[in-house]
Amino acid sequence: MKASKKRKTFNGISTVILALLGFAYIIPILVVLINSFKKKAFISLQPFNLPTAKNFIGLENYRVAIDQYGFLKAVGWTFFITIGSVFLILLCTSMCAWFITRVKKKVTQAIYFLCVFSMVVPFQMVMFTLSLVADRLKLNTPWGIIIVYLGFGAGLAVFMFSGFVKSIPIEIEEAALIDGSSPLKMFFSVVLPIMKPTYISVGILETMWIWNDFLLPYLVLDINKYKTIPIIIQYMKGSYGRVDMGAIMAALIMAVIPVIIFYLSSQKYIIKGVAAGAVKG
Amino acid sequence: MRKKLLSLGVVAALSLGLLAGCGGKNNNENKETDAPTQEATEAQEKETEKETEKETEKETEKETEKEDDGETASDGSVYYLNFKPEQDLQWQELAEYYTRETGVEVKVLTAASGTYESTLKSEMAKTDSPTLFQVNGPVRLAAWKDYCYDLKGSDIYNELSSEDFALMDGDSVAGIGYVIETYGLIYNKALLEEAGYTQDDIKNFEDLKKVSEDITARKDELGFSAFTSSGMDPSSDWRFKTHLANMPIYYEYQADNIDVTDAIKGTYLDNYRQIWDLYINNATCDPGLLSTKTGDDAVAEFVTEQAVFYQNGTWAYNDVSELGEENLGMLPIYIGVEGEENQGLCTGTENYWCVNKKADEADIQATLDFMNWCVTSEVGTKALCGVDAAMPSGDDGMGFVIPFKKNLESENPLVNLANEYVAEGKTPVSWNFSTMPSEEWKNGVGSALTSYAADQTDENWEAVVTAFVDGWAEEYAASNS
Amino acid sequence: MEKAIKRYWPIFLIPTMAAFLIGFIVPFAMGLWLSLCEFTTVTDAVFVGLKNYIRAFQDPVFLHAFWYTALFALVSLFIINIFAFAIALALTQNVPGTNLFRTVFFLPNLIGGIVLGYIWQLIFNGVLAKYNAALALNEWYGFWGLIISVSWQQIGYMMIIYIAGLQSIPEDLQEAARIDGANARQRLFHVTIPMMMPSITICTFLTITNGFKLFDQNLSLTAGEPSKMSEMLALNIYNTFYGRVGWEGVGQAKAVVFFVLVVAIGMIQLRLTRTREVQQ
Repeated sequence: MKASKKRKTFNGISTVILALLGFAYIIPILVVLINSFKKKAFISLQPFNLPTAKNFIGLENYRVAIDQYGFLKAVGWTFFITIGSVFLILLCTSMCAWFITRVKKKVTQAIYFLCVFSMVVPFQMVMFTLSLVADRLKLNTPWGIIIVYLGFGAGLAVFMFSGFVKSIPIEIEEAALIDGSSPLKMFFSVVLPIMKPTYISVGILETMWIWNDFLLPYLVLDINKYKTIPIIIQYMKGSYGRVDMGAIMAALIMAVIPVIIFYLSSQKYIIKGVAAGAVKG
Repeated sequence: MRKKLLSLGVVAALSLGLLAGCGGKNNNENKETDAPTQEATEAQEKETEKETEKETEKETEKETEKEDDGETASDGSVYYLNFKPEQDLQWQELAEYYTRETGVEVKVLTAASGTYESTLKSEMAKTDSPTLFQVNGPVRLAAWKDYCYDLKGSDIYNELSSEDFALMDGDSVAGIGYVIETYGLIYNKALLEEAGYTQDDIKNFEDLKKVSEDITARKDELGFSAFTSSGMDPSSDWRFKTHLANMPIYYEYQADNIDVTDAIKGTYLDNYRQIWDLYINNATCDPGLLSTKTGDDAVAEFVTEQAVFYQNGTWAYNDVSELGEENLGMLPIYIGVEGEENQGLCTGTENYWCVNKKADEADIQATLDFMNWCVTSEVGTKALCGVDAAMPSGDDGMGFVIPFKKNLESENPLVNLANEYVAEGKTPVSWNFSTMPSEEWKNGVGSALTSYAADQTDENWEAVVTAFVDGWAEEYAASNS
Repeated sequence: MEKAIKRYWPIFLIPTMAAFLIGFIVPFAMGLWLSLCEFTTVTDAVFVGLKNYIRAFQDPVFLHAFWYTALFALVSLFIINIFAFAIALALTQNVPGTNLFRTVFFLPNLIGGIVLGYIWQLIFNGVLAKYNAALALNEWYGFWGLIISVSWQQIGYMMIIYIAGLQSIPEDLQEAARIDGANARQRLFHVTIPMMMPSITICTFLTITNGFKLFDQNLSLTAGEPSKMSEMLALNIYNTFYGRVGWEGVGQAKAVVFFVLVVAIGMIQLRLTRTREVQQ
């Protein structure tokens, strides 16, 4: 009796604390949202005040960010690069991981350890040389950068897929092969469906990385023609000799919106994916 | 765990092995990097590895072929890495116009303020490197002179109105100054009169100090401040770490009768402090907030009549034109040096065009043609020199004075103000900031100025002096070693 | 089976391996080589031995960045993990609104470093302006600003991992401890935390390596101001490489040092926590 009462007050207190913390968590985004409706000159002066009749300008900042800075184009390219890269990474690395786990040779072992090794290498180690190689091979387009992402992101993906493949009983695959399927067909009809949860895990981790990545596309892409969301925001802050705080606020909000939609619509998978990915790692 | 460590060791050793063949050329690298993997492979797989290698090579070959095709198909193209963010839109438009008229592709990339050097470096490393780039004077030229095509005898060189605007590297013409600009203290005449003064009351630093401090004392009554915010955001900090810093450098060079140095002495740094103190303590905002103030903030303060003085130059006319031509004046920047009553505005160039020697023959020719077109054709000169509706699209032009024979009489009132000073016989202050040792040096001075503004102690000023004097020697040595 | 699939290796391996070669192996090897060269655009690379490494270690800003980064990684390690663990504990106690809280806490994780840095820059400068101060004026403002923004981002992620860990602890283990008379505190330290060691290993590994590799937030939030005093290792390497003519080799050498450091720290950390896992 006493214990349950104590428990109740404890729950009550933690709910209040969590609620406060939760509110504090969304404040930053709310502040940016408020400021995105203000005239640019009033933003850094009083960032916490609500817009007043004097400084409210409706969607003007959004218009500037879209028209003048080409924000929507950047959103489009970011989508293209993210989806293309994640698709290619999932397809190629799962095949590679399955192969090197099933065929035990020195060379496949070496590949596996190279992949693990590449996971810990910081990007700065290869930033210049990678952008140089990409430039020489003309990979400085949104199409080309997909290959760069496959290369630089292969490590983590191969590692995670290999971990999962080890847990698949080999008998299922052998049975399918005896039935006369080619290994390729067997991979797509047998292995791929079993690995679905891992596809989701890896897909989510890679999406989070590529969508938000700044330095790699900044150095690799021909930024005259193609900008991603992080690049354009960094540009708005630094380039053109002037800083339009209003447009930046609008851009920040527009950068966050797709993320929130994506998150709310596939929250279940994201949270599962993160948890599962971590256990494997 | 141990096993893992061991394998990582093996991997590391392997990767080290890869180094053996890394020479200069890319094709080689691809071939060589395959080698160690091959060693580790069993005999039967050796063959197949070789196949891969061949394939990769084939791929690269194909790529290069494609590239060659692209280049021979057209007659060369222009890639201009522009230094001046204020004129980005105009250059983009001019480039498009030129492409429409002649069919020659012109690409313009503008580096964000303060990042020209790093952008130039990363762009130069690419296969499509800029064909036309800028250096700001002899110091930066030293770093890039291997890339500068000799412009002697070129059409644009022959168009120069004076040899002084050719940047020489020994006997060759490495760069050509394409714009002459002037800066000083732009002021709002109406506000200055409202405060009870005119331009004639300000003949030296003492006068300027008296006027500004008087305005500050009556700030609430008048409803405006003396100076716009001296923002130290990267969109504005160059006005102080570069342009204002030119003043002490100029006077030191004058006193020592030199025009470049590997070690600045900082003789006039006390004057630099005086003027900086005046700017930040008589301004629209608290000096502690300068680090977040942008160039736009200062413009907004000036055009909404919150302040009288705004340090900037002829290139800023479009920003402040709404105050009306008759309302704009320009004062020299006085810093309290003896005899400064005769000092004029600061006039010079830090914009030299250089043509990339390592570009293709056809691209070099296309670039030379484009440059020449800019300073001789009607559309080009109008865009460069004109102000209101001077661009083909009807937008405002760049408002430059260009050192070429076809220079048009300026419609830029700020330029005309600058000319008046020369006509009165005042001595223009030359642009010595092109001799600053590096971007790094400017950043060092800028950061120190910001910290000092927030907390104006002698100790913090010492940090500015250190960044100025010691930083100069260090950076000079580092970039000339 | 191995035999049957082996000859299909070109289909399975080539796409990934070709990209891996382009995207990692070649750049990595070239990077190691260039750290021993002086160059501006690679074609002019000249071998200079260890000179770049010597210059790197003589650079006071690099050494400062080293300590600053190490301190940052350590502080963020503790703050993120303690908060994440506590929130995970609270959210596994059947508190009302668990799902909503989980949603909110995880959300910032999906926002990238650049966007996140600028969001927080507005907040911090807004608050500091009331005291006539700004982020760019003091390296410790920048430090705590980075800690807060990185915590905001990563607590939710680590929380998810901890929740998964907590949910996998068998209920009867807690029950047995309770019957033995262990109070809540004893149960936490003697049952929950030991059982959670695998999750703790992962989370501490992730937070410490993230801390060392931090770049985007550093670039957007403080950009190294004042005077490079808030510049962390990754940003210092970038600035050395791209910001200064004649320092490319030094930048590359710093990157190699950085790489060795990250690998070593990851190894040591895994070793430390893994041994604890085995012991219990």
